[in-house]
Amino acid sequence: MGDPVRGDEDGAEPGAPASLAVILLVSVLVVATCGLIYELLAGTLASYLLGDSVTQFSTVIGSYLFAMGIGSYLSRHVRHNEIGVFVRVEILIAALGGWSAAGLFLLFPIVEDFRVALYALVLAIGILVGLEIPLLIRILRHRFAFRDLVSNVLTYDYIGALIASLLFPLVLVPWLGMIRTGFVFGLANVGVAVALLLALRGRQSVGRDLAAALIVLASLIAGLLAADRIQRWSEVAFYAEPVVYARSTPYQRIVITRRGEDLRLYLNGNLQFSTRDEYRYHEALVWPVLGRIANPKQVLILGGGDGLAAREVLRDPRVSKVTLVDLDPEMTHLFRDVPQLAQLNRHSLSSPRMQVINGDAFRWVREASGPYDAILIDFPDPTEFSLGKLYTESFYREVARLLAPAGVMTVQSTSPLIAPRSYWTVASTLEAAGLSARGYHAYVPSFGEWGFTMAAHAPPGDTVILPAGLRFLTQASERAMFDFPPDMARRPTPVNRLDNQALVRSFAEEWGHYDG
Amino acid sequence: MAEPTRRDALKAGAVGAGALALGSCAKPAMAGTLDGADWRRGHMIRDGKFPAPNGAEPRVGILIAGGGVAGLAAAWRMKAAGFDDFVVLELEDRVGGNARSGRNPVSAYPLGAHYLPVPNKEAVALRRMLQEFGMIVGEEGGAPIFDPYQLCADLEERLLWRGGWQEGLYPASGLSREDEIQRDRFTQAMAQLRNAVGADGRPAFAIPRVYSSADPAYTALDKVSFAAWLDDHGYSSPVLRAYLRYCCRDDYGTEPDDVSAWAGLHYFAARRGWAARGDGDRELTWPEGNGRLVSLLLEQTADHVRPAHSVFAIAQQGDEAVVDSFDHKAGSSTRWHASCVIVAMPHFVAARVAPAHTGKGRFRYAPWVVANVTVNRHPKGRGVGLAWDNVSTGSDSLGYVVATHQSASGGDGPTVLTWYLPLSKASPPEARKLMMTRTLAAWQRIIEDDLLTMNPDLAGAIDRIDVWRWGHAMISPTPGFLTDPVRTAAIEARPPVLFAHSDLSGLSLFEEAHYRGVVAAETALAHLGHSFESLI
Repeated sequence: MGDPVRGDEDGAEPGAPASLAVILLVSVLVVATCGLIYELLAGTLASYLLGDSVTQFSTVIGSYLFAMGIGSYLSRHVRHNEIGVFVRVEILIAALGGWSAAGLFLLFPIVEDFRVALYALVLAIGILVGLEIPLLIRILRHRFAFRDLVSNVLTYDYIGALIASLLFPLVLVPWLGMIRTGFVFGLANVGVAVALLLALRGRQSVGRDLAAALIVLASLIAGLLAADRIQRWSEVAFYAEPVVYARSTPYQRIVITRRGEDLRLYLNGNLQFSTRDEYRYHEALVWPVLGRIANPKQVLILGGGDGLAAREVLRDPRVSKVTLVDLDPEMTHLFRDVPQLAQLNRHSLSSPRMQVINGDAFRWVREASGPYDAILIDFPDPTEFSLGKLYTESFYREVARLLAPAGVMTVQSTSPLIAPRSYWTVASTLEAAGLSARGYHAYVPSFGEWGFTMAAHAPPGDTVILPAGLRFLTQASERAMFDFPPDMARRPTPVNRLDNQALVRSFAEEWGHYDG
Repeated sequence: MAEPTRRDALKAGAVGAGALALGSCAKPAMAGTLDGADWRRGHMIRDGKFPAPNGAEPRVGILIAGGGVAGLAAAWRMKAAGFDDFVVLELEDRVGGNARSGRNPVSAYPLGAHYLPVPNKEAVALRRMLQEFGMIVGEEGGAPIFDPYQLCADLEERLLWRGGWQEGLYPASGLSREDEIQRDRFTQAMAQLRNAVGADGRPAFAIPRVYSSADPAYTALDKVSFAAWLDDHGYSSPVLRAYLRYCCRDDYGTEPDDVSAWAGLHYFAARRGWAARGDGDRELTWPEGNGRLVSLLLEQTADHVRPAHSVFAIAQQGDEAVVDSFDHKAGSSTRWHASCVIVAMPHFVAARVAPAHTGKGRFRYAPWVVANVTVNRHPKGRGVGLAWDNVSTGSDSLGYVVATHQSASGGDGPTVLTWYLPLSKASPPEARKLMMTRTLAAWQRIIEDDLLTMNPDLAGAIDRIDVWRWGHAMISPTPGFLTDPVRTAAIEARPPVLFAHSDLSGLSLFEEAHYRGVVAAETALAHLGHSFESLI
């Protein structure tokens, strides 16, 4: 901090070279443009990563303007060497603003709370940008009459704002992308600093500032050149839709994306549902089972932490209790407590008829006791050996033990079209565990043709009673689900056992083939 | 699954940059413990510094000196025969020998032995025990059905080879024509040996070892080293030799030069696991390894077991055995009178405790270090996914087994990796010295480096490393061991002093320890006139 007894004594006094004044006036235009670009970058990034663009834009712009106010206020504490301070501010803005977009993209997947990082950056840049114009006005005060000075500076400031606001959506985002845009405007800031330092060279020692400016310059150029790689590293580039939530739990990576009304859940990069068509999947999972049971009182759901299957089950007034076992407490908390998500499952996870158990279903079924009238198994696909255990004969034997004598169960069993061998392995395995199995399938646009396997102690019949108000299933379409055309027809498969993991192997083969 | 890889790379990059930035700061110490077999109590026996026994001299039918697998198996056998007049004295605070286990909030984990192969048909007593323990759940076509939850789940093994993980432990790619020819030749030769029968009608190689043929065509293999045998038979492929070296170190903690050809071949030719449903070639395993078997054995015999009791002298007086023991908790010694004593200690200890009954012989032991590494996420890597046993061709360690492999299904959560290193390169005394002088931090660094070389994805995921040192982890089946007269005499010893330990088989296997314990128990019971139906 400056010495309080020293008044403002320097600035661009009349003796300064004329080139300096020109550089300073041009820099008003540049810093005004850059300042607005960083604000737009932060707002756009926030709405892209966090969703809800109205909220994100207004809070980012509000915080940014407020931070500029803080910066303007703080400018009064700069008591000497205004031009030197201005140069340092430019170098700092170049570093922070230039790296802002790349930094936020990279931080997003790894920080605990992205908002803290976002608003800290917005405040820091805003404060620095808020220092710029007051300092410039003071530096230039000896060159112009006050009337002309204010007019010139504010004119250039607003022109800069116009340039930025037109360039950003029309040229920068479509052509450069957000990461490169940040670096390019960082270069403009550091360019102002370097030009001023070169002009000042004869008058004061500039070596250290020049070195700092050159380091920032080099880092920005490096960032610019590596922009593609940074983009690739950044997780959000993986998803076609804007990511609104991302979190790593000890068990998985949960990502929620949203485009318009379409909300999607991804676990470890695999799509779990899209709100456009999840009703098809969940009606097909639940109603063929509940519709075949005279009095389904006790229902068990294994997996399904999003609460969507539970939503369907709870529509049935005959159900008195639903037990849901999901590995990841983060999942069930999310879908119980976040209003937007709890709305999707109609608050099924906080229903008084619901009991949520966070645990490993593989262990839980061995210790649990039934009977359950209906059991709905909705695990992720058997992409790994650990998940494959949840599709084994040993596991189904335990589930069969929990199933009431007249109970019915179903298992989500991957696509019978893309992976017919894997799909029918589930039926063979359920049969090896002593159950009668029956396959059925439904078309879910986000997934394609999707398969389920129904099982019970006695062969499940055709008679089904469906409730009113379903969007997908009717008596006729329900019956049709049990029909398999030749390309999906049953074929001989091995039984999936703990010690052969036949399903994980065939799944990898069939889907690997499909993915190319 | 391209996405997590990229994210991991990203995270690793960020961590790497952070580490670089903090390069000058000292790294905080890794949590962990440095522990092992209680060598202070062991050295007390070596140095003979015990107070003379005083007070009452208790009398017992059978005294078992040593609570490892052989001692506990002997105790189990007596219980099964309805015999109760016995006591087990164990030097350590906990029984189980090298099948002991530990536990932390994440998982139970082994400290040593961690699996039991499906036993051969000849292992009758062992099968009886597995039946009792609920590990055999039924019968199909006369063959036992093993509990699928206790058979090692797929994926059993993976190998880091040429930059990626592959299934199985034998390299599957990048082999020369000659490598392939020798591999196939070796595989065929082992298949033949597995079915070979000696002139006495017994299998060439069996488990328990005692059922193996005494035909000199096979016993002569004890005279040469495994390495020499491989040379003689033209097995020169570096890939094959590296694999065989791994096997020798895995089973015996010893280099192929120091293992007899008989033992080297036994590893490949003795297993004929008997099970229904094609499970004969599988293993039983548990989060705590063979600690599960120990705790089940102990459950039945706990009333008879006295831990923290060192047996330091055994002698024969008339028809009975006189046994002196030291109680580490009370700090006093006791003299026992037993109708029979079963010396179920490692032989190098037995030779000091009962010098009148046995000698040092050619017993040589391999030192091992076992580390339990608690990680906050599962290891991954390029290629095939995580297996139970994970081995790298580029490491001198034997890799790691995953403690939660059997018990959990889901996700990427925390687990414990049990990491194994036999110190087979230096001579055992040198290696033991190194093992005892190296600090916890030094061991942790070695283990962390080894793990991160195998699994760079574990950067930042290691929460603690607990190191366990076994000075005498396993008996080494060195050339000539079979004909060691000390060994033969110990096997043939008669009451009142009997010996029971896997050391006598020269193979550090649960099956051998169990067999030796059962045989000694039955001999002692017969000596006492207690009637039973033999399991041998």
